[in-house]
Amino acid sequence: MIVRTIVALALAALAASACTTASAAQLPTHIAIRIHYSHFDQTKIDVPMGVPVTFTLVNDDPIDHEWLIGDEAFHARHRAGTEAVHGDRPNEISLPPFSIKTTTLTFDRPGPLTFICHFPQHEAYGMVGVVMVKPG
Amino acid sequence: MRGFLAGLAAVAAALIVTAQPAAACAGLIGPNGAVNLLRTTTFAGYHDGIEHYVTSFQFAGGSGQFGSLIPLPGVPDKVEKGGDWTLQRLIRETNPIVRNDARSLFAVAAPQGVQVLMEVRIDALDITVLKGGGPEVGRWATEHGFRLPPAAPEVLDFYANRSPIFLAAVFDADAAKARGQRIGDGTPVHVTIPTANPWVPLRILGLGKNADDRIDADVYLLTDQRPALLPYPFANGMRLDHSAAATSALLTDLRSDKGMGWIPQSGWLTKIAIDASASQLTYDLAVDTKGTSPSRVAAGLQAPPSPTSSSGQPSSDQIALIGIALASLGAIVILRKSQSVTA
Repeated sequence: MIVRTIVALALAALAASACTTASAAQLPTHIAIRIHYSHFDQTKIDVPMGVPVTFTLVNDDPIDHEWLIGDEAFHARHRAGTEAVHGDRPNEISLPPFSIKTTTLTFDRPGPLTFICHFPQHEAYGMVGVVMVKPG
Repeated sequence: MRGFLAGLAAVAAALIVTAQPAAACAGLIGPNGAVNLLRTTTFAGYHDGIEHYVTSFQFAGGSGQFGSLIPLPGVPDKVEKGGDWTLQRLIRETNPIVRNDARSLFAVAAPQGVQVLMEVRIDALDITVLKGGGPEVGRWATEHGFRLPPAAPEVLDFYANRSPIFLAAVFDADAAKARGQRIGDGTPVHVTIPTANPWVPLRILGLGKNADDRIDADVYLLTDQRPALLPYPFANGMRLDHSAAATSALLTDLRSDKGMGWIPQSGWLTKIAIDASASQLTYDLAVDTKGTSPSRVAAGLQAPPSPTSSSGQPSSDQIALIGIALASLGAIVILRKSQSVTA
């Protein structure tokens, strides 16, 4: 219950932040993504190119998830990867149960990138989303 | 998963549920993400307000530890080694082909938010009875090294909202080998659960499976009289294969096995066959042992009025949902995290 309350407050704060940013720069630079029942609550997100974008990732599930964002070649590697835990790279985030993590990325080229949880069966279950990087 | 026969004390209905080996399958996530199919045989009987649940954990070879979580309709009085041939005899009654299930697990200490009600070691099996909500039980499993399938959070909530009791079974393959168990050897487990009315978890059978994966299961019910079932009429991969008074020979044979003296002198045997895709199994099997009106909540066709808290008492409607939760039927199969691999 406490965790859920914290999560709700965090999401509310981030939503407010995102709204403020969006009105100032058209596209948000602070984005909250919640994972519940092994699904991302946002699966299509537009972000600006060349500007730091902060993602707050909230795992509301009692199981491990991960948030890996990249192009198709990146995901092809991870589908056959062997790393049990991520954390050294800002585009590869491991999310233990009931955890909140933040990462900041600056996208340097336009176009779509996908974010996926590559735990066994999770991608097939629907844990896939798209970030569309749009030139300023 | 919790499908158990909870007994209606007032009705004194006898209910037996068995998942035929061939049918009761669950997905096991392997180290490489592959899904292996496991089979489990389960028997549950209800008499004098007590549910007797017997399932078998079959040694399928390999090494390491594997596990499953089973939702229960109530807090068990006792968990002990079951009789040696009850499951085989029940299956033979309606189907001469005997197939068994394998299951594995592992367990450890409980984190905050979950009560450990009972811990029992049976051969190479470590069994823990837990009380807690879906998130708490899921977290307990995760923190104890298991990887739940992605559908587990929702499914755990689905069952915990009716009954916050789960049984975690951990099979130690290395211990089984050390004991001299051969591939195919089963360890029968007998769970005794005071409860009120029966329902059989079917939705849990799809856990860990892809939407198109097939689920084949047989559910045997033994009640004092012909039961009323829901969903009805049967559809979506469920069919009625057998409905008749139980034979004296069957009841006598079952009664003569270890720990099975509670089998009544007469009863009604029902066999439900499940032949469905995982995406079709969105329901459970509700059973009214009085033959009148099964609960839509128990069948998963309607949400409970309010979630059951970890410390709260089940509502009368929840009690009416008696679960014949079959470990095998509704086992959430998990693999120890140490054996899992991710990208």
